[in-house]
Amino acid sequence: MSKTPDLAVNFAGGIRCPNPFWLASAPPTNCGEQVMRAFDAGWGGAVWKTIGEPVVNVSSRYSSTDWNGQRMMGLNNIELISDRPVDVNLREIYEVKKRYPNHAVIASLMVESKREAWHDIVERAENAGADGLELNFGCPHGMSERGMGSAVGQVPEYTQMITEWVKEKARTPVLVKLTPNISDIRTVARAAKRGGADGLSAINTINSITGIDLDTLVPRPNVDGHSSHGGYCGPAVKPIALNMVQQVQSDPASQLPLSGIGGIATWKDAAEFFLLGCGTVQVCTAAMHYGYRIVEDMIDGLQNWMREKGYATIEDFRGLSLPHVREWKNLNLNYKIVARIHADKCIGCDLCYTACWDGAHQCIHLDRVSGVKDGHVEVHTKPAVVEAASRAKIAVTPIPKLDHAAAHSQSDGPYATPLARIPRVDETECVGCNLCALVCPVENCITMEQVDLGLAPETWEERTAAAASPGKSC
Amino acid sequence: MFEAFQESQEVAERFQDLHPPLTAQSAVIEANRCLYCFDAPCTGACPTHIDVPRFIKKIASGNLQGSAQTILDANILGASCSRVCPVQVLCEGACVMHHHHQPPIKIGLLQRHAMDTFYENGAVLAKRAAQERPEKIACIGAGPASLACAAELTQRGFSVTVFDRHSLPGGLNTYGVAEYKLPTADSLREIELVRSLGVKFQFGVELTGEAAFAELEKRYDAIFLGVGLGAMHWLGIPGEDHPAVVDALALIAGYKTAGNLQVGRRVVVVGAGNTAIDAANAAKRLGAEDVHILYRRSQKHISAFDFEYEHAKQEGVQFLWQAQPIAIHHDQENNLRSIECLRVELAQDATPRPIPGSNFHLECDMVVPAIGQSPLFDLLAQCHGVEVKHGRVVVDRATGRTANPKYFAGGDCVNGGREVVDAVADGKRAGIAIAAALEVVHV
Repeated sequence: MSKTPDLAVNFAGGIRCPNPFWLASAPPTNCGEQVMRAFDAGWGGAVWKTIGEPVVNVSSRYSSTDWNGQRMMGLNNIELISDRPVDVNLREIYEVKKRYPNHAVIASLMVESKREAWHDIVERAENAGADGLELNFGCPHGMSERGMGSAVGQVPEYTQMITEWVKEKARTPVLVKLTPNISDIRTVARAAKRGGADGLSAINTINSITGIDLDTLVPRPNVDGHSSHGGYCGPAVKPIALNMVQQVQSDPASQLPLSGIGGIATWKDAAEFFLLGCGTVQVCTAAMHYGYRIVEDMIDGLQNWMREKGYATIEDFRGLSLPHVREWKNLNLNYKIVARIHADKCIGCDLCYTACWDGAHQCIHLDRVSGVKDGHVEVHTKPAVVEAASRAKIAVTPIPKLDHAAAHSQSDGPYATPLARIPRVDETECVGCNLCALVCPVENCITMEQVDLGLAPETWEERTAAAASPGKSC
Repeated sequence: MFEAFQESQEVAERFQDLHPPLTAQSAVIEANRCLYCFDAPCTGACPTHIDVPRFIKKIASGNLQGSAQTILDANILGASCSRVCPVQVLCEGACVMHHHHQPPIKIGLLQRHAMDTFYENGAVLAKRAAQERPEKIACIGAGPASLACAAELTQRGFSVTVFDRHSLPGGLNTYGVAEYKLPTADSLREIELVRSLGVKFQFGVELTGEAAFAELEKRYDAIFLGVGLGAMHWLGIPGEDHPAVVDALALIAGYKTAGNLQVGRRVVVVGAGNTAIDAANAAKRLGAEDVHILYRRSQKHISAFDFEYEHAKQEGVQFLWQAQPIAIHHDQENNLRSIECLRVELAQDATPRPIPGSNFHLECDMVVPAIGQSPLFDLLAQCHGVEVKHGRVVVDRATGRTANPKYFAGGDCVNGGREVVDAVADGKRAGIAIAAALEVVHV
C-alpha cells in the first residue's frame, strides 16, 4: 500500500491548513461553536460568516429547487451577513484559533465603502487571529442595495480601490470573493489582481428566484406575502462555477490562487475544481443539507483517487485540466465518433430512440427485427407509426395454466430484452453528438467510439485561414 | 350511491387493504423512478393500453387530475383495475426495470394513487365533446365489460341502458373480488362515475325467453352481451346438497354484500384457482380455524397466480395436493363432518389418476367448491343468431362483433373467464365498434 496522499496546503502565500476543504462563509460558519464542531468533523478551514455592522434578517430566508423527487438540487437564500456584533465574532475567532491553531480561519468582511471602515475591520480581524481575509464583494441580495457586496464586485474600479485599501493595512493574505452576476467575471478578477489581492474565491451565489407558489402566487421564500431575489447555490450551479473558475485561471491578467466555490458536495466535485487550478475549495449547501460529516468522504474519496492515480499532493494534479480547455475554433473538425448500442446491456426503454428522433439526428432505429437499413430519415419508420402499431395489438392477461410460456418469455432474441425493442444506430447518419449515451439509463450500454476518417487534425481556425490565405486557388 | 348496499364495519376490519396506498410524497418519488420509456412495454402489456408512462409522469409533475384523466380515457374502471389487476404478469411484469436488475415501477399503486385522489376530489371527469346521438344501445349485465362499453358509447353521445338481474351493478367487481383487494363500496363509487356520464341502469331484470330478446332487439339499435358466466360448477359427488356446502362465489358475495359472515370452523375449499384462494382467505379472515385447499394435481399445475398462492400461505391456508373428493359426509344430526377423498397420482401429461383404495377423510364442517363457473348456455341460446362455441360467444376479437351484427359481446362470456381488465378492454373495443357501425348506418 502506497503512502497516504498529503492533503495539507499552503494557500495564497501563507494560509496553512490540514486539508483543502473549507466551509464557505455562510450559516455553517456563523459562530465559534459551529466552526469548532466542523473542525472536529474534519474540515481543514472555515471562512467565517461575513463580519460587518450587524444586520437584521427576515424570516423566512431559504428556498430550494427540487428535481425529480430529490431535494435541494439548488438552494437560494436572502439571508444577509452576520447578525451578531463584530466584537462577539472576533472574540470567537480568537477562541477558535487558540484551540485549533493548525486549522485555517478566514475572516469574511463587509463594511461600508470607506477607507477607514475597511482599515479598522482588517486590523481587528487580524488581531483576533484570522489566518486570512476574504472580502465579500459577491453577496447579491440585500447588502448590494446598500452599496456593498456585489454592488462592489460588479464594478471593477470599486473592487480595485477597496482591495488596495485593505492591502494597505493587511498583514495576512487577502482573498477577493467574486460575484458571478456579471457578464465577464474576468474584468473583476483583473481588478482584484491590480488591487494587490493575494487570492480569489469564486463563485458567490447567483441571482435567483427559485420558484413561485402556484396557490398564493408568491415567489419563494415568502416573507409576509412578498419575496426578493436571492443567491443561488448547490449542485445546480457547479457547471457555471467550473466555467468561471476556468475563465479566471486561463487568463494571465486574472490568474491568482483560487479558492473554488459552487455546488461542491463530493470529493469528485472538489477534484474537478483542483484540476481547473483551485488550491482550496469551499462548501456550503452540502453541509447545510447533510451536516459537517460529509467532509469525511470528501477527504477519504480524494485520497483514494489520488493514491490510485499516483498523486502525492494536491499540487501534483492542480490545474492539469486547464490545457484541455480551448476555444471552439481550436477543436479538431476531423475527429469523428459514433454511438454503438451494446445489445446485451440494453433494457429496451428506447429513450435513445425517442431522443435521437426528436432531439438529435434521426439515426437510431428499431429495425433489428423488421429489417436493417441505413440512410436518410425518409427510409425509416417514424416513431408515431411504431407506437400506433403497438397500440393496435390486442393484449390479454396471461393465465398461468394456459399461457405459461407466453407469460414467462418476452424475449425473441439472444438477449433478455426483446430484440424488437433494442435500438440500432445508423452510423452513416450518426454525428456523434452523445445525446443517446447521455439519456441511456444503463451504464456503458451506449458507448461513443472513434471512427478513423483518415484525415489529419484540422481546426476551424486552420480551415478558414487556409481558405483565406492568398496564393491558394480552389 | 347505490342504495341496496350497506357497508359493514366488521367486514372493513377483517378485510383491510392488502397493500396500503402510497402517500402523496412516496407516489412522487416512485413516479420519478419511471424511465418514461418510448412505446412503453407496460402500456403494451395492459389489455386496455393505458398510457402508463404518461399518467406516471403526470403524478410526478403534480398534475393528478390529468393523470386520472389519462387512465380513465383508456380504462373507465381504472380504480378497480389498479386494485385487482395481476400487475405482476401485466404492466409491472413488462417493466424494463426487470432487465435493469431493479424492482419494477409500482404501476398498480401509482394508478391507485391517481384514482383515489380523483375520487377524493369529487370525481369530475371532463366529458368528451360529442354530438348527442339518437341510437339506443342495451348492455346486458352490469359487470366490467358492459360498464366499459356503456361508458365508451355514452362518451360518444349514444344513449345506453345497462340491465342486470342483481340489485347492485358491477358484476364480479362488486360481488366476487376479495374485499381486501377491492371493497364493494369502491366498486360502486366507480360505477357512480359511469352513471354520472349518463348511463342508465335497470336492476333486478331477468331476461328469459326469446321474446324478451326479440323485444330488446326491437327497442335497441345494438345489444352488448356482457353477461359473464353462470353458476359455479358442482363437484358432482354424493352429499354436496348439504346446506354447509357453499360455492366460492356465494361465500364471497355473502360476506361482501349480504352481511353473511358465518363460516365453518374447519373449511375445505376444492379447487386451486384465484377464486378458490379468495374464498379460502375469506374463510380464514371470517374466523375459520382451519382452512384447506384441496387440489387434484400439484402446485405447479394450479391456475392461481404465484403471488395469490404465496398470499394464501401467508393467510394460513393449507394445501392438500393430489387429492380428489368423492363424497361429503354428515352425521345423524345432519352436521357436515368430513369430505372423503382419494389420493391421486399424476400421469406424465399431468392427467390425474385416482388410486383405488386410497380413501381418506378430511374432517370439516364446511365445503366450498371452487372449480370454475359454467357458461350461461340457456341465456346465450336465446340470442338470435349469436354463435356459441364451447360455451363461449364467438366474436371478432378487434370489434367484439358476434355472428349477428346487432349483437356484440365481451368479457367472461367471450373469453371463458379472465381478468377485469380483459373485460374492460373487450367492452371498450366493442363500444368503439358499435359506434362505428351505427355511424356508418347513418351516413
